[in-house]
Amino acid sequence: MDFAPSFALVAPELLLIAAGLVLLLVAAWGGDRLARPVAIAAAAALFGAGVLLVPGLHTGAEGPATLAFGGLLKVDGFALFAKALIYLAAIGALMVAPAFFASPSAGPERGMRAEYPVLVLFACVGMSIMVSANDFMSLYLGLELNSLSAYVLAAILRRDTRSGEAGLKYFVLGALASGILLYGMSLLYGFTGGTSFLAVRAGLTGEMGTGALFGVIFVLAGLAFKISAVPFHMWTPDVYEGAPTPVTAFFATAPKVAAVALTARVVFAVFGGQIDAWQQIVMFTALASIIFGALGAIGQDNLKRLLAYSSINNIGFILLGLAVASPQGAAAMLIYLFIYVAMSLGSFTALLMLRGEDGAVFETFADIRGLSVTRPAIAWALLLFMFSLAGIPPLLGFYSKFVVFQATIEAGLVAFGAIAIAASVIGAFYYIKFVKVMFFDEPAGVVTGRSGAGHWALLVLTAAIVSPLGYLLTPALADLADKAAASLFLAA
Amino acid sequence: MEGLPILSLMMCVPLAGAIACLFAGANAARWIALGATLVTFVLGILLWANYDIGGPQWQFTERANLFAGFEYKLGIDGIALMLIMLSVFLMPVCILASWDSIHKRVGEYMAAFLFMEVLMIGTFAAQDLFLFYVFFEAGLIPMYLIIGVWGGDNRIYASYKFFLYTLLGSVLMLIAMFWMVAEAGTSDIPTLMQYGFPPQAQTWLWLAFFASFAVKVPMWPLHTWLPDAHVQAPTAGSVILAGVLLKLGGYGFIRFSLPMFPEASAQFAWLVFILSMIAVVYTSLVALVQADMKKLIAYSSVAHMAIVTVGLFAFNVQGLEGAMIIMLSHGLVSGALFLCVGVIYDRLHTREIARYGGLAINMPYYALFFLLFTMASIGLPGTSGFVGEFLSLAGVYQASSLVALIATTGIILGAAYMLYLYRRVAFGAQVNADAAKMGDITLREWAMMAPIAAAVLWMGVYPESFLAPMRADIAVLDARLAAAAPASDAQLAPGTPRAAAANALSHHENAAEEGAH
Repeated sequence: MDFAPSFALVAPELLLIAAGLVLLLVAAWGGDRLARPVAIAAAAALFGAGVLLVPGLHTGAEGPATLAFGGLLKVDGFALFAKALIYLAAIGALMVAPAFFASPSAGPERGMRAEYPVLVLFACVGMSIMVSANDFMSLYLGLELNSLSAYVLAAILRRDTRSGEAGLKYFVLGALASGILLYGMSLLYGFTGGTSFLAVRAGLTGEMGTGALFGVIFVLAGLAFKISAVPFHMWTPDVYEGAPTPVTAFFATAPKVAAVALTARVVFAVFGGQIDAWQQIVMFTALASIIFGALGAIGQDNLKRLLAYSSINNIGFILLGLAVASPQGAAAMLIYLFIYVAMSLGSFTALLMLRGEDGAVFETFADIRGLSVTRPAIAWALLLFMFSLAGIPPLLGFYSKFVVFQATIEAGLVAFGAIAIAASVIGAFYYIKFVKVMFFDEPAGVVTGRSGAGHWALLVLTAAIVSPLGYLLTPALADLADKAAASLFLAA
Repeated sequence: MEGLPILSLMMCVPLAGAIACLFAGANAARWIALGATLVTFVLGILLWANYDIGGPQWQFTERANLFAGFEYKLGIDGIALMLIMLSVFLMPVCILASWDSIHKRVGEYMAAFLFMEVLMIGTFAAQDLFLFYVFFEAGLIPMYLIIGVWGGDNRIYASYKFFLYTLLGSVLMLIAMFWMVAEAGTSDIPTLMQYGFPPQAQTWLWLAFFASFAVKVPMWPLHTWLPDAHVQAPTAGSVILAGVLLKLGGYGFIRFSLPMFPEASAQFAWLVFILSMIAVVYTSLVALVQADMKKLIAYSSVAHMAIVTVGLFAFNVQGLEGAMIIMLSHGLVSGALFLCVGVIYDRLHTREIARYGGLAINMPYYALFFLLFTMASIGLPGTSGFVGEFLSLAGVYQASSLVALIATTGIILGAAYMLYLYRRVAFGAQVNADAAKMGDITLREWAMMAPIAAAVLWMGVYPESFLAPMRADIAVLDARLAAAAPASDAQLAPGTPRAAAANALSHHENAAEEGAH
């Protein structure tokens, strides 16, 4: 078997693995002094891997030439789109990390550990495998590589009890989810006789037996856990709140993209012939996520916790695109993911810039009172992100809801769309609370610390994407997403 | 004017001004805002002067393929032209009204107003359904900030209520828009205005649009956000809210609900009539007992807008023209009344009617302007209010005499609450020493009031200037509605003519008979 074409297809992953291993050695011998250069090198590696994606992304790769390692991986336009987003999000998460770990918020042991960027790199390799998986084996491999790195990342502040708690919770519940997923996969294997997506799809044609149906449901439940969709969302607020904020920023973006892309792949490539079996499940999950995500956020005082509920809410809207079960819906989902990554990354960057005199990072509503007076630039950026998350035009967050709901209505799910959009108004309530606290209340005056150029660059960039200027990106974005979605459906 | 994208330019000027204001100091921001709004107003005059009455229905069209999913596509007809004129006319006045009364965060305040102007022009000029929605909905952000940051004591409650109420109304409209675009295959508004949607679907689409516009207008019982928002907003915020934002609802009915869903509009005309009749009587009575001046004018707005909605759903030319003229007139008059409240609020910092009295003695010019706008609000002949209300009620009389009868009580009740307000504020004894010491209006306040007063009289004496650009568009709309118009209760049966006139004297005949002997 000639492995050269396969290796060429996974060149970005190879680059990341090589960089990860080398940097691991550097970290082991150099110690935490070298954490910063390691982070820069890791970001450069991610950027390099991203550049390798560009040719295929542009042409929208599809067909048999995208299969690697005997069909274990499928590096098509869809996978490339997701990978590009993952790498970009990971670079963002690396950029905001060092300042946080150097601040008093990082607890007794100051300074970023050199393992942090290495773990991010390995998580990205895992996610790359997830989004290009074409077999349940490679799916599980990628998922676990990502999850194990993520558990460590959540607990990376070893002396901080909140961080430790977050890591432990994430691990226990993540292991449970993996177990559910594995059980579902084993059922599917038992009833269809294969682990490759094609084989399982072929085995699922016609009348579906109860056993296979249970397999489908278990797999979906396991994946719902990973994307933190209701009713498997309970871990999210605790983990988001407990994990160090840069790690939370990472969790809210890159792994979300990977898990959603993986879910879409499984749903369309494997269960694509049995839409009736899963469509109602996804519709329920989508609606429940929108409503519970919105209701749960209302009473929160901790901003990270609030953004955790917000991410659950957003997952609901993304799942709307999935529930539609059409190429248009899948393209809408990808557009939503891109905009969601920009909004989340921007919001978390802004949160990380809420620093006190000693550099400690604030994270409650009480701290951002009257921020528009003391720190107008951060406040206006947060205003953009919050109105954007609420889906108010002319911000780009509206466009993400626009494409998703358009796909929903054009697929004929009018009542479903109407309920979902009415529920989105509940979400607007807590997003505008952000604005109320920052703009209407008297200043608390505690946010006085300065932030570095990296934070500002990221904030300005994400704010520009989210602002009305972002609409100028929409033709290119829609084009890329259409190609990516088409390659997903070509498999079917 | 060929080739000059004047509509885009009218949006760019305030946008540039808004961005400049964000970074400018307080005084610079005031001048930038005034300059930007005046330039936009001059552009508006150019727009009107170059508008070809009797020319093509859509003029000044522009299009650019900037976005995926919808198009940047502008263009106006006479109806949009008039509403744009109203917006750009009121904006400099709003800036002047905020000149001294806003002290904190002036740059952001002016930026919010200029941004609002961009969105208002965009809403009226948009020719793409989704572009319209973007502009329509985006207005929530600056208005939320204006009420919330610079508003009165209970501003937070008012701003939340305003935001969530209007948002909930609008999102259902968005769903309907998706359905329409999927059905018709285009999001081009002029095309959709001619498209025949199946009548069963029209029912649902009409209700979805109604949810949005009825909140915006606002119609009873969805009006409750309005008094809160008006009372808490700063003076200029109230002016723009009453002057232009309420008109978005009326514009929505005339641009979308009526031409796109004529059958459903006919089917639901009774609903609009009933809600409007209740609104006229109920909110007028509520206005009568208010102790707060702004609240009183806010309730009167609901009553006046109800006469707009009955006129719109009368399905005839008079009704539509009347509705449009009331919208323009109410934009000027209620805006001016809020300014009148603002003038004395700036001096005494209370809106309580009982705290004033006898202002005609120490503020004669103020009392003069206030009287003029009060009369215009009542609908005195010679002012703009009369023209609009007369036409609208004449139109609805053809559709239903009962509705006309009840809606007309609004004029009587309007006279009651407005004159009662005026008597308590301007006439009588000067019971409050501090109110008696207030000085008359300043030059700046003259500059705010005099142009509006002139416009009100112009529209009252020679409404043709304002009706002429809209006439063709309303005729087109009327023709489109004609097929669906519900039967009116005025059964005009032509009688058989008498042989002779009723007052013909019979002795001539007798004389003729006698002569035959």
